[in-house]
Amino acid sequence: MCLAVPGKVVEIRDDRGTRMATVDFSGIRKEICLAYLPDVEVGDYTIVHVGFAISKLDEESALETLAMFKELGILEEELGVESTEVGGTAS
Amino acid sequence: MKYIDEFNDPVLARRLFDEIARITTRPWAIMEVCGGQTHSIIRNGIDQLLPEEVELIHGPGCPVCVTPLGVIDKALAIAARPDVIFCSFGDMLRVPGSERDLFQIKSEGGDVRVVYSPLDAVRIAEENPDRQVVFFAIGFETTAPPNAMSVKLARDRGLTNFSVLVSHVLVPPAIEAIVGSPTNRVDGFLAAGHVCSVMGSWQYGPLVERHRIPIVVTGFEPLDVLEGIRRVVAQLEEGRAELENAYERVVRPEGNVPAQAMIGEVFETCDRQWRGIGEIPMSGWRLAPAFRDFDAEYRFDVGSINTEESGLCRAGEVLQGLIKPNECEAFGRECTPRNPLGATMVSAEGACAAYYQYRRLEGPTEVGVSVG
Amino acid sequence: MAEETPALDFEGWSCPLPLRSYPRVVTGHGGGGKLSAELVEHLFMPAFGVESGSELTDSAVLTVGDGRLAFSTDSYVVRPLFFPGGCIGDLAVNGTVNDVAMSGAVPIALSSGFILEEGLELDVLGNVAEAMGRAAREAGVRLVTGDTKVVGQGAADGLYVNTAGIGVVPEGVDIHPLRARPGDQIIVSGPIGLHGVAVMSVREGLEFGTEILSDSAPLNGLVAAMLTAFPDLHVLRDPTRGGLGASLCEISATAGVGIEYEETAVPVPAEVAAACGFLGLDPMHVANEGRLVAFVPPEGVDAVMNAMHGHPRGAGAVRVGQVVEDHPGVVVARTRLGGTRIVDLPLGEQLPRIC
Repeated sequence: MCLAVPGKVVEIRDDRGTRMATVDFSGIRKEICLAYLPDVEVGDYTIVHVGFAISKLDEESALETLAMFKELGILEEELGVESTEVGGTAS
Repeated sequence: MKYIDEFNDPVLARRLFDEIARITTRPWAIMEVCGGQTHSIIRNGIDQLLPEEVELIHGPGCPVCVTPLGVIDKALAIAARPDVIFCSFGDMLRVPGSERDLFQIKSEGGDVRVVYSPLDAVRIAEENPDRQVVFFAIGFETTAPPNAMSVKLARDRGLTNFSVLVSHVLVPPAIEAIVGSPTNRVDGFLAAGHVCSVMGSWQYGPLVERHRIPIVVTGFEPLDVLEGIRRVVAQLEEGRAELENAYERVVRPEGNVPAQAMIGEVFETCDRQWRGIGEIPMSGWRLAPAFRDFDAEYRFDVGSINTEESGLCRAGEVLQGLIKPNECEAFGRECTPRNPLGATMVSAEGACAAYYQYRRLEGPTEVGVSVG
Repeated sequence: MAEETPALDFEGWSCPLPLRSYPRVVTGHGGGGKLSAELVEHLFMPAFGVESGSELTDSAVLTVGDGRLAFSTDSYVVRPLFFPGGCIGDLAVNGTVNDVAMSGAVPIALSSGFILEEGLELDVLGNVAEAMGRAAREAGVRLVTGDTKVVGQGAADGLYVNTAGIGVVPEGVDIHPLRARPGDQIIVSGPIGLHGVAVMSVREGLEFGTEILSDSAPLNGLVAAMLTAFPDLHVLRDPTRGGLGASLCEISATAGVGIEYEETAVPVPAEVAAACGFLGLDPMHVANEGRLVAFVPPEGVDAVMNAMHGHPRGAGAVRVGQVVEDHPGVVVARTRLGGTRIVDLPLGEQLPRIC
């Protein structure tokens, strides 16, 4: 429902009392409102929706999630359980 | 860490597919409530790669599609006024009202502008002091804080030419309506990660308790969606019904507190009609009385517009997975992606629109997408 | 509304549909998608007395005496007039040169018609004209005839340019969408989406910062090099409005063949992906002005690829997919995860989404 993408805060400034930032999305830079993330600092990654930063990304948690994905199935492989075929079942 | 490519890795996706296939022993129906997740599922072909037992039902989570017909008609009436600059998110322009859409209003001379952010509408109001600028404030909880901010800024800056037409919808009452229906066949839900980033995951605890149904807060990249599905299936297979967060890098249990405070100040809860579904009690937000001066419905006196929806559309049953889209009498006849009657045909990811597309590939009897 | 709509036979839905329900022109009619196609099919073709189902290509090939001429026209209304990497002037030359080149022809000469808004600064017009001259020299074509009209203030958005071009089709060359057939390999000449993103970055209300430049460039040199290496190219198309996705859909529908491509093979620059990400657009539907897509029979692929890689406009050429026996008229993308999705013609113009 809500298209929101991660971007990196590269500059913060004040616009008539509203906290604004330049956020970089892999080479695309956009002016973003930081009013709802008062603690965000330059260098942080945030999730941006319709011009507003709505959440700060937690790198530690992201790394943990990815590490967990990498471990998935390892146990089965060691036990010799075959990987299930997942291609081509257009159901 | 860029937080996108890492969560698109096909090797890790294969591990998740394998794991889901390994733990699945029985048929399960899982609803992703959010249109963004539906988009990710269709865009990546995830539904075709899941085990046959896992059926994904695409939920009512596209805010553009569920905006009620009566509100669209109000928007069209306001946008057609010569003194108005009507600002809208781009995807709202092609959503049809009873007789017209915003593109058509524009072609007839209406000043309809696409904005990326509600703040753009405020800027347009500042730049055009002699025109009335109306912003079409629709969306789920995620879009509410930005929309609320536009009203707040307009008041703080003394803008008397800015107003909003509000039609916000809320996720938890919609889940309640679906799971509480006597015909419900959804076994577990993927909750919408970005809605939860604003409102917090705590909102879903009572639903899990009351209905003994697994709800997993889920993100939007392919690995996020797969992890959400994996956790729901794991709960179902183990007989558990819990609230889990599979999108921890973004969603905190308490959500975004300053954003919630702004919502509480600017909006109040109300009953809301969902297009193609019907009225769901306390499932929407409208402007709080303190901000009535900024309410376009009052400013332009369109409150009396109250359009009945087509009785032909059975989107509600489709959304609950009770009928397949082609079992609706209007499917492919009165209702097509170009002339949609209900929410599920409006957006490309809607259950009916997706079904319509896949019929081109598979022919009339076989269908290549699980839509319930 | 529903009561007034006649019941439609699902199987035959695409043909008998009237011009949607729009009584007036909407911007989408110029978007290069379904609405544009319908305007041609249901309004222009009957009015011009052209038979339904006739060939519709960006340039017409006419037999004149012993030879064949390619003839094409295009109007340029881009906003703003100047954008990163180009302006309306070079676009007007390159666009028509490319339309002519897509029939395999060697472009010779262009006409230029200007519609100017009263009050336009002469400096602006001068800069546009200079850009046209430069682009024509680079493409090796001459601007040979022209026309200028002025309309009142507010009746045009600064300036519009129309160009028409002619070229000579070399003997033995037969390039046409109808020639796409199962087995043909699909080659894209370089990264996609640059022009569309560059223009969007400076469009009012959407502005964003980017280093991206439009890919606006003449492709006749590249086409000549490809034809020298392998004359039997089946189809060429420059994926402008509607993007690569629309080009593939149109070719698939015209030839009645299925198309399959690998999403991971399509060259999408990181910045294009990022811009599309936050605006909710599909890079496959973003405009290009200096790219081509070629359908080449398998035996010609190596020769064509080598020729492209040896030319500056084709250095980034890659094979992205092929024409298949299955699902005639439908374009299917194989996703990074190994699933499939159907790629459809966009309805009208692409707009930023929130959902």
